[in-house]
Amino acid sequence: MSDINMSVNFCGIEFKNPIVTASGTFGFGSEYNEYAALSEYGGIGTKGITRRERAGNAPPRIAETPSGILNSVGLQNPGVEAFAADIMPRLAEIDTNVIVNMSGNTIEEYCEMAEILSDTDAAAIEMNISCPNVRHGGLAFGTNPDVVYELTREVKAVSKKPLVVKLSPNVTSVTDIALAAQRGGADALSLINTLLGMKIDINTRRPVLANNMGGLSGPAVKPVAVRMIYQTAQAADIPIIGMGGVMSGADVIELMLAGASLVALGTGMFIEPDLILRVKREMAEYCAKFGITDITELTGAVKIN
Amino acid sequence: MKKTEQCKLIKKTEIIPGIFDFVIESDEISKAAQCGQFLHIKCGDKTFLRRPISICDAGDGTVRFIFEVKGEGTEELSDIPEGGYINILGPLGHGFEIKDYKNPLIIGGGIGVFPLYKLAKDLGGEANVFLGFRDKSRVVMEDEFKAVSGMCVIGTDDGSYGYNGYIASAMENYIKDNPCGVIFSCGPAPMLKAVKSIAEGSGIECQLSLEQRMGCGIGACLVCSCETIFEGMNRYMRVCKNGPVFDSRVVKL
Repeated sequence: MSDINMSVNFCGIEFKNPIVTASGTFGFGSEYNEYAALSEYGGIGTKGITRRERAGNAPPRIAETPSGILNSVGLQNPGVEAFAADIMPRLAEIDTNVIVNMSGNTIEEYCEMAEILSDTDAAAIEMNISCPNVRHGGLAFGTNPDVVYELTREVKAVSKKPLVVKLSPNVTSVTDIALAAQRGGADALSLINTLLGMKIDINTRRPVLANNMGGLSGPAVKPVAVRMIYQTAQAADIPIIGMGGVMSGADVIELMLAGASLVALGTGMFIEPDLILRVKREMAEYCAKFGITDITELTGAVKIN
Repeated sequence: MKKTEQCKLIKKTEIIPGIFDFVIESDEISKAAQCGQFLHIKCGDKTFLRRPISICDAGDGTVRFIFEVKGEGTEELSDIPEGGYINILGPLGHGFEIKDYKNPLIIGGGIGVFPLYKLAKDLGGEANVFLGFRDKSRVVMEDEFKAVSGMCVIGTDDGSYGYNGYIASAMENYIKDNPCGVIFSCGPAPMLKAVKSIAEGSGIECQLSLEQRMGCGIGACLVCSCETIFEGMNRYMRVCKNGPVFDSRVVKL
């Protein structure tokens, strides 16, 4: 096991292994730290923060679906200033890379947050462009390539940290958005965010989520993630953090083969809070079986028919 | 490090139709379990998420929980045979706080009575207990509660057994002449609302155990929210981590 090099250089940052956590599933790490030390992860993606504190949506915020869940938490978070002052210093003491996820309502908000986060010990900033509605006629940021380009360019200009743009799967062409982010100066991409979904209780005829609709995650979305990571890796030149339904070491390998350099665990940790430990063991077994000595060999190594 | 555990189901009883009484083996959970805490249970392969189920009793290397079959998950769980194994995460959450209370009172409704059993035992069998059920056919654990309480009043909403009417009304009448130092409660939302209002109206400290659909169960994912007023501010708190037991004055119902 020890003769396999698990480390990955991602945007110039050394990750001791390619496993990170998906924003929004992991809080700020303190709860999961009771099940597996945060230093086990190559990096941790923190709960999405916004310019100001947000209370989040009304409950119920979760609904179970076949092989997955719908959620509508609504970005409940303490705001970027409280994060930078109270939470980030604690995370900085841990031997892992912190990727801070942020969401804004306007380009100005994104830029302000990027400036604040640039003065913290965050390893990278992940920009969520999949959630919010903006003043651009109510269009979501993440679905319009021109907006994605402009937003990325503006934020990159003020960010002193590597900028990862998180892509939505709720688009006609994910590669158009990926290329727009790349043109805007993104250092990396992460995908996929959740797929917009809905569940109706047939007895009450009401949606199960108080917010009516929510984001689908879990094994149900994995094939979509694999396909979109593959397409994006083919089209773009910048590295990818892959995520979507990872429940095992085999799933991590699959997303890497599709083109991911790092892979995030998310919903799977709800079932197995120490999933990281099994995933690493299974990856080592796979590498041993196929004689892989460096984990980065796997990125994009799919052999297309 | 905390971890999940494969626990052997050593005793299984369907106490009334659709309600199952499970006893599992686990030294660690048995030792750690506090009244009001819950287990996050992987019911089987058909359902994805774990299901939070409150601890009814614990001790001597075993843990007991009782649940009603309500959907796919609990259906699957109820199919596990004696001798089978169940993957359990727990004990989790913030349970009932037991301080030096005078005349503690416990009130539960329906399947909300189960977490109150260990509480009644931990209170030294002195608490006065009020338990409400829909009708006579749904009355459960009557003898067991009587053995671990001072006075024990059973009521039914339709009057088919015991006190006739909502059990919160029985409690309200009782405390007029018999002051109590604290009220502990778990049950359906309308009952909790009534108990909260009665307790606060009488200036009695009150601890309520709440229920919500959960994700991770450990406080990270923020899906099992309940509305609270804390330090003068409205905010959502996590039922799995800040609760499931809350001071009634904190929660908005």
